[in-house]
Parts: sequence; structure tokens; C-alpha cells
Amino acid sequence: MSWGLVLALAGGAYAFKVLGFIVFGGRTLPPVVERCLALIPVALIAALVVKDTFSVGQHLQLDARAAGVGCAVLAAWRRAPLIVVIVVGAGVTAAVRALS
Amino acid sequence: MRTSPAIWRDPVLRPVVLASVTLGAAVGVFAVSFGVGAVSAGASVAQTCAMSLLVFTGASQFSAVSVIGAGGSPASALGGALVLAARNGVYGLTMGRRIPGRFGTRLVAAQITIDESTAMAVAQHDPAAQRAAFWITGGSVYVFWNLGTLLGALAGTAIDPIRFGLDAAFPAGFVAMLWPLLRTRRGRIAAGLGAAICLALIPFTAVGVPILCASLAVLVGIPADRSDDRPAERVVPA
Repeated sequence: MSWGLVLALAGGAYAFKVLGFIVFGGRTLPPVVERCLALIPVALIAALVVKDTFSVGQHLQLDARAAGVGCAVLAAWRRAPLIVVIVVGAGVTAAVRALS
Repeated sequence: MRTSPAIWRDPVLRPVVLASVTLGAAVGVFAVSFGVGAVSAGASVAQTCAMSLLVFTGASQFSAVSVIGAGGSPASALGGALVLAARNGVYGLTMGRRIPGRFGTRLVAAQITIDESTAMAVAQHDPAAQRAAFWITGGSVYVFWNLGTLLGALAGTAIDPIRFGLDAAFPAGFVAMLWPLLRTRRGRIAAGLGAAICLALIPFTAVGVPILCASLAVLVGIPADRSDDRPAERVVPA
């Protein structure tokens, strides 16, 4: 990990925040652009979930994480708070690893 | 600005304060796993803390660290993380209208415009409660996120993240954040498509690229809203 990456990420992330909040805040974008932008979190977070659950580098892999994240999905579906979902996901994964 | 006892007595704000602090504590646990993960991916304690202080948007930080940890290039780590960070700009479009103040105040407000502060603010009904929820949640998450990161980074070399299942804590936390976004049909389609694009590309592209390409799933937002879709659905029955 390099300082260049840390600072570039910090600058870029803050630039997006300022761009939305201060530069464009209050202006309205074309509805089609707003509809697409509103879907960024849901599309990317779903992609992150499957990447972190089913892959190691460039390889797809089914292991204890699938059990842990599967139980986390059940916890989220039962409307458990964030902290419970995280603990269930990590705990089940650790337990499956310890048993196998 | 109200003093804290006044906020605590206010029947509207008390649940907001309680929810913000609870959320902050949960985020703190998530931050510990970020600190552990970042250090085991090769970041120093100072770099790890600088990321949480300056970048302050969890999904981007996790994404950058996981790409680097998996052997990806800095460019792909940065690209994926910035695509994720773009959503804070989208939140800013909404929050910029609701959080008034001097320029300096707004520069600070922009930094704490993230998933949690936006979600908590837009859930309130009157403008004063929205402002309070934004600042209290943003502040609480900022403090807990950075404390948790420091703890995790210091413990990093002592904790084996694999043994404690902390590698699964990241996707589990994302699942919890994803859940409320799946309420709409369009949200579910975008989630399914984003996940499918990512899984399909993992074996064939450099680490980090699948996440970037998953953003193409937002194109399902191009057709007009569902109420406008109905005549078309009748023409082409399922």
C-alpha cells in the first residue's frame, strides 16, 4: 500500500462529496441521470458481497465464507441490527472453519 | 446549536441520538475489521488511520484494501474505490439542499455525507430533525469509525483475521447495508445484475475490474418509472 494511493483516494473521495454537496447541491439533473445514479449503491454493494464471499483473487471459491454470509443474509432478512448481522457473518464463518 | 441535555430531553431527537450512537458503535466494530484487514493487506498503521480520517467512506476503503490484498494494481484499487465513492456525491445532491450553513460548515458537512448520515437524515420528517440527525449521525460515525480503525490497526498483527472470520465480516456488513436498498423492484434488478456481472468477470479480468464493470448495472435505471412502463408491459406480456 503506497501513500500515493491513500492520498489519491482521499482527494478523489472528498472531490465527489464536494461536487455533489456544494457544486451541484440543489440543482436538478435530468431524471434519467438521477435514476441511474440512485442505483449506484445497490449495484456496487451487491457486487462487493459476491466478490468477498465467492472469490480469492481471480479464482471463484466456495468455502466457509458462503455459510457465514448466508447466515448474515438470514439475519438481515429477520431485520437484525447491523452489528448482529456482522457478528453472525464472522462468527459462523469462524465456527465452520474451526469444525472443518 | 442545542446543548446535549436539551437534545436528550427532546422527544423527537432522543430516538435519533440513541439510534445514531448505536449505529456508531456497530460501525466501530466494522472499523476494527477494516483496521485489521488493511494492516494484513500491507498498509502501515499510519496509512490505515489516514484512510479512515481522510477518505471516510467505508465501502471504498474496504474495496481498495481488498484489491491490494488480493494482489491487484494500485490503479484498479483506486478505480473501484472511486466508483464506490461516487455515491456520496449523489447523496450530496440531496443533502446539500437540506443542510444550510456557511461555506466552511458546508465543507465539513460534505466530508460526513455518507450512507449512514444520509439515511438517518432523510428518515426524519421536519427540517430541524433532519439537520440534527445528519450532524449527530455523521459525527458519531466519524468518531467510532476512526477509533475502531486505530484499534484494529494496532491489533492487526496480533489478530489472525481468517481465524475469527473477519474476512466474512466485510460482506456480512454489506449485506446489512444492501437490505433496505432491495425494497424496489428496480433496486433488486440492479443488485442481481451487478452481482452477476462481477461473478462472471472475476476469473477473466484483473482484480478490481469486475467491481468497476458491475456499475454498468445502473443502466437498468434508463427506462422511465414503472408507472410509465405499464403500457409496454401489456404489449409484451411475460
